[in-house]
Amino acid sequence: MSLLNQNLKEIHSKLHDKELSVLELVEDTFRAISERDGRIGAYLTLNEEGAKSTARRLDDKLSSGGQRGLLFGLPAAIKDNIVTEGIRTTCASQFLSNFNPVYDATVVRKLRDADAVTIGKLNMDEFAMGGSNENSSFHPVHNPWDLERVPGGSSGGSAAAVAAGEAYFALGSDTGGSIRQPASYCGVVGLKPTYGLVSRFGLVAFASSLDQIGPVTKNVEDAAYVLQSIAGYDNMDSTSANVEIPDYLSALTGDVKGLRVAVPKEYMGEGVDATVKEKVEAALKELESMGAIIEEVSLPHTEYAVAAYYLLASSEASSNLARFDGVRYGVRAGQSGNLLDLYHESRSQGFGPEVKRRIMLGTYALSSGYYDAFYLKAQKARTLIKRDFDQVFEKYDVIIGPTAPTTAFKLGAQVDDPLTMYLNDILTIPVSLAGVPAISVPCGFADGLPVGLQIIGKAFDERTVLRVAGAFEQNTEYHKQKPNL
Amino acid sequence: MSSSKYETVIGLEVHVELRTHSKIFCGCSTEFGAPPNTHTCPICLGHPGVLPVLNKQAVEYAIKAAMAINCEIADVSKFDRKNYFYPDSPKAYQISQYDQPIGQNGWIDIEVDGKTKRIGITRLHLEEDAGKLTHIDGGYASLVDFNRVGTPLVEIVSEPDISSPEEARAYLEKMRAIMQYCEVSDVKMEEGSMRCDANISIRPYGQKEFGTRAELKNMNSFRGVQKGLEYEEFRQAEILDEGGVVVQETRRWDEAQGKTLTMRGKEEAHDYRYFPDPDLVKVYIDEEWKNRIRETIPELPDARKERYTSEYGLPSYDAEVITSSKPIADLFEDSLKYTKDAKSVSNWIMGELLGYLNSNNLEFSEVKMTGQGLGEMIGLIEKGTISTKIAKTVFKEMLESGKLPQKIVEEKGLVQISDEGAIKAIVEQVVAANPQSVEDYKAGKQKAIGFLVGQVMKESRGKANPAIVNKLLEEVLMQ
Repeated sequence: MSLLNQNLKEIHSKLHDKELSVLELVEDTFRAISERDGRIGAYLTLNEEGAKSTARRLDDKLSSGGQRGLLFGLPAAIKDNIVTEGIRTTCASQFLSNFNPVYDATVVRKLRDADAVTIGKLNMDEFAMGGSNENSSFHPVHNPWDLERVPGGSSGGSAAAVAAGEAYFALGSDTGGSIRQPASYCGVVGLKPTYGLVSRFGLVAFASSLDQIGPVTKNVEDAAYVLQSIAGYDNMDSTSANVEIPDYLSALTGDVKGLRVAVPKEYMGEGVDATVKEKVEAALKELESMGAIIEEVSLPHTEYAVAAYYLLASSEASSNLARFDGVRYGVRAGQSGNLLDLYHESRSQGFGPEVKRRIMLGTYALSSGYYDAFYLKAQKARTLIKRDFDQVFEKYDVIIGPTAPTTAFKLGAQVDDPLTMYLNDILTIPVSLAGVPAISVPCGFADGLPVGLQIIGKAFDERTVLRVAGAFEQNTEYHKQKPNL
Repeated sequence: MSSSKYETVIGLEVHVELRTHSKIFCGCSTEFGAPPNTHTCPICLGHPGVLPVLNKQAVEYAIKAAMAINCEIADVSKFDRKNYFYPDSPKAYQISQYDQPIGQNGWIDIEVDGKTKRIGITRLHLEEDAGKLTHIDGGYASLVDFNRVGTPLVEIVSEPDISSPEEARAYLEKMRAIMQYCEVSDVKMEEGSMRCDANISIRPYGQKEFGTRAELKNMNSFRGVQKGLEYEEFRQAEILDEGGVVVQETRRWDEAQGKTLTMRGKEEAHDYRYFPDPDLVKVYIDEEWKNRIRETIPELPDARKERYTSEYGLPSYDAEVITSSKPIADLFEDSLKYTKDAKSVSNWIMGELLGYLNSNNLEFSEVKMTGQGLGEMIGLIEKGTISTKIAKTVFKEMLESGKLPQKIVEEKGLVQISDEGAIKAIVEQVVAANPQSVEDYKAGKQKAIGFLVGQVMKESRGKANPAIVNKLLEEVLMQ
């Protein structure tokens, strides 16, 4: 059995007792990767030499009795849209297949400060655009529970790597559900923090007003540990919130007595698979039996969320991705006649079809004469959606529903149907638009495939989100089940 | 203008680089003239993943500049992205301000032909500068220098209130002076820290609608702005005279050819797809902040001009010229700490100083004379230590060396001779040597005395006190 199947406390106590070294842990991780990743495809770049050298340094620190960080020795894998100095960062795009960043993202520095070990960079949908990881321009990722199925996206590599035991934990990024939906499909825990809680400095921007980095872990406790390490104000990010970071670990009391839970009827209605609904209803019953008060509510503007999201996110993306022009970094199309040809050919060759689709959509939405009808209207819808959440949170502590309307679908099943694909995010997008935190935790299996429960909290109230998730997890065994690889 | 049938309508867009030490969204230096691409970092180079953080000093300078041109200051201002592809813009968008600029609805007064005219200011907004492209080998390649990218700029857009190229120039000069007084910018057109684009159209007198405008770029000096607009005025009038139609386009002033050339047509105009920059937060400017900045605004050119005419009795024109440059106005005031004769200081500045700068094509910053020097020099004239003629020599030496006049006079032995005995000897010598002039004078030709004075001055190498020379000459000739 892989060393990574132990929990954090077991690993730390073994490291402390010299029963285990960081190097052994790291070598075991690379052994798991070489054994399984040919089938999973979670990684794009491995940092084997770097990781081993970090491991040796940490082992030295261990023997010299130095101060140990919160994530001491834990093998971490990082989504490939988070820049790592000297380690290739591609965003799963051919455009950046040769790109070596010259600086570290703030979260990467924070992981290093917490003594985590960077194992490698994880596959994703190109520039985080997609919900199945099939938009990776390198290779798809396979769901560890069923290799013929997608792991979700865009942080498909993050969820699959953790589910397959190829990393102790992973960082993902979530713009419209990109952490929570793959966590749901792969039976792991995925937390999207409140917008502004974790620095975006060094996250290659897709939609700046929505992007958030968050942990993908095996259990809720680990999510709290990782969040504790990466949250906090960053003066390099103007949208970073200058709030005091609470102690997330102490939130895991296991107690939900008297907690007011809202269940939006829009999240349990049409379009949500009966099997998914069944598992979520069972989870709600479980919480009720633990003392929570469950009530149905309405988030009336939910139906506008997907349309508003695709306009806003694509608009921002069309501008954010304009810097990729083949001039200063990335792959330049050869033999271009003039400047415009150079831009045109580099971008035509560099970007995949989904990225192009969204750049075109966003460019159109921002164009003179269309701005008011699209971008501005979408912003108004966003305000209304946010208001829906504010109103519910006046009376309730958390909102709970499914993370995704279905379980993982088969590779290739939706590639020709982008609109259906977009609807996979129907339950996660409103949360992103509102900027509030949400976690996906395993709540059962339907036909052998994991189902995720989404727990949504008030802005900057990750403690309550983690408390509910932790209490549910303590009373269930779903998170302990492992795919058979 | 080829015809007086038309009225000219001009609006100017002036860019002024703010003199912050670091760039607007990162910590890189804004120093001018460093080797290419040495003042850069991943942020201003627009590397993937970077984010902008606003330089507060840039906002304060922008607010100060907006206040100085009488703008209403926004309570809430925000930044927007202006999207376009070009190699001078590493992010492929410029962070600028679209609908919530720092300042709006301002004005400045200009003076042309002795008349004061108020020119409206539509807005002042803050934005980042682009990189600098150098085209080499006849267009074969272009070199990019990103040192300038991210330098904070304010763009000041005027109302179409300007009616002639001359007014445009006066507007620019006043704008430069105001920015200079506020100390928010170096405002050097030659170094590009002040730049100007113009919109110009003409229409028959009496017509309400504007004519079709041309946008004029690449005017790199005050003179260039005036010349470019004069040419464009002429070109458009010629088209209308011939029954043609002016096309809306962007034109470039070609200094060498002395004409404007087409750059791009209307159909090639960019759609910049402005939208709020999601990487930046709104800027809230409360009353306290506004008041704090308002207190730092010094006396501005118009106020100084008013003071110079009322307090020192300078002619309006002199006061206008002197106050149009802050360092020259400062020189004027410094001089008055050493002499009471303001008119004399003004005359030396208006005549000798500006003449020297013009004929040598120099900036004031390149000369070394101080206010103390000029004031003390006037004192030496008053005391009779030096003549006005010698003072010109001293003045030139002060400009070049910065030495004080007393020292120059001593070093060069320029002290005026006021000793009547010494002068009388020269006078007698000159009278003896020029009998014809003496005859002429006695015959009633008053002019002849001028020649004799000149000869005495020449003999004394300019040092003889002219008043004494005149007195003694008359005495000798009367004998």
